[in-house]
Amino acid sequence: MLCERCNKRPANVHYTEITNNKKQEIRLCEECAREAGITGIGIMPQFVLQNLLGGLFEETPAPVEPSYAQCKRCGLTEQDFAQRGLLGCGDCYAAFRPAVGQILQRIHGKAEHTGKLPRRTGKMAGVKHELKRLRQELDAAVRQEAFEKAAELRDRIRELEKDLKGGK
Amino acid sequence: MALKEILTDPRSRWMEDGGPEADVVVSSRVRLARDLAVYPFPHRLRAEQAEEVLHAVRLALDRPEVTKRLGKMEFMRLTELTPVERHVLVEKHLVSPDFLKGNPAGKAVVIRQDETVSIMVNEEDHLRIQCLMPGLALQECWELAGAVDDALEATLEYAFNEEFGYLSACPTNVGTGLRASVMMHLPGLVATRVIDEVISGLSKLGLTVRGLYGEGTRAAGSLFQVSNQITLGRQEAEIINNLTALARRLVSQEREARQRLHREQRGALEDRIFRSYGVLQYARVLNSEEAMRSLSDLRLGLALKIIKKLPLSIVSELMVLSQPAFLIRLAGKELNPSERDVLRAQLIRERLQGKRTGAGSEGRGNKKGNTD
Repeated sequence: MLCERCNKRPANVHYTEITNNKKQEIRLCEECAREAGITGIGIMPQFVLQNLLGGLFEETPAPVEPSYAQCKRCGLTEQDFAQRGLLGCGDCYAAFRPAVGQILQRIHGKAEHTGKLPRRTGKMAGVKHELKRLRQELDAAVRQEAFEKAAELRDRIRELEKDLKGGK
Repeated sequence: MALKEILTDPRSRWMEDGGPEADVVVSSRVRLARDLAVYPFPHRLRAEQAEEVLHAVRLALDRPEVTKRLGKMEFMRLTELTPVERHVLVEKHLVSPDFLKGNPAGKAVVIRQDETVSIMVNEEDHLRIQCLMPGLALQECWELAGAVDDALEATLEYAFNEEFGYLSACPTNVGTGLRASVMMHLPGLVATRVIDEVISGLSKLGLTVRGLYGEGTRAAGSLFQVSNQITLGRQEAEIINNLTALARRLVSQEREARQRLHREQRGALEDRIFRSYGVLQYARVLNSEEAMRSLSDLRLGLALKIIKKLPLSIVSELMVLSQPAFLIRLAGKELNPSERDVLRAQLIRERLQGKRTGAGSEGRGNKKGNTD
């Protein structure tokens, strides 16, 4: 097996991360591992992942639409990201959406935020998260044939959907 | 000048005695990465845009509601500090080493008087909010960091996306932007040689372990920093609770290891601790590594009550005092390494004889009950 970063030398350093029972492996050759800073057993300095990110980006399938190759707002290109492992502005996340989504999935095991929402900018997101949660509850209620509860949930969902339309 | 005092006083709130599990956990830290929506991330900011970010942050923090709730915070441009003073901030764990890389223009640091809150402006992200407290206190750190975050968000518009959460320059910080870490003193696990096993076990659980004050992977003072690697797809409370629970388990493993050492190798352990104590009290030349190693032994001796009548906090204080930039700052002039070794030995000796170093008065201590 070849190194995932340089694709030249054989991969003999395996870095494994297990999150929520999902296993992710990065296979590198010794040289790339040293460059990335993976040295001793187990100790993984913070900067390692960042250095590897460029490599991840390069091997991600090319985005479908050519307009994605550059962020319209800040001008960051895919090559810039591959080189430094840093995005250029908040809009880059939308501009490089497919590739960034995959990278986030590989780093974090998940690619969806479930934490704190900013009070002002996050209002809509809050409603959407709540809707998603209620729809899941509704499905569960229907499956369990708890129809009274399901009706309640359905009403609540309709209300929120109205809020969402009105708010936009 | 409050900030000037911070720069000459080796003590910080995060090293005070009385924090939970203080015999093993030195300090807890929560850091939030936040970026402003309307600007490119710091590595792509033009000089005038960087100034605008500084200005916006300063205004956000100067509002009366904020100072009333969170206290007065001092805003200082990096260029207003000498290079030595900037390094002192790193040695006191108030800013990251990366913050000092590159051009200091367009960067600033905000520090609350008691040093529990510090904000780096224009590091890798526009805002890095940090809360640092003694002992195992991640929950308290998170609450305080959250309050600072809310105060800033009241006037600043963050880069936020429904799907990915808080957006940051590096994808490793996206989502919650939360990095929680605990600094742990693990001489028992080091001496019983299980530390490597523990470290690789922790890294499988999505945690990162770093040795402090060491070269490469070695930790000179048996000090390790354990932090979460994953920031996206989990709630803040989950991250905080997970790390707290794991830290508690490490604490009990470390205590067991210490007790075992004390039981099975009492003579050797006490000898080592008292020798180190002797070195710290009487040495005339102390290099950084020996100082760290001896201070680590002293801390273990204090935690096991083999040495009495000194507070645990003195160890962290002397570790900060022993750092190169701090010594240069106190000397007021450039020092070569051997001059530093002499001054280090002198300051440690004097401090152990009860003399205070630097500015600041007695009794900045907090009044929480002692848990040890």
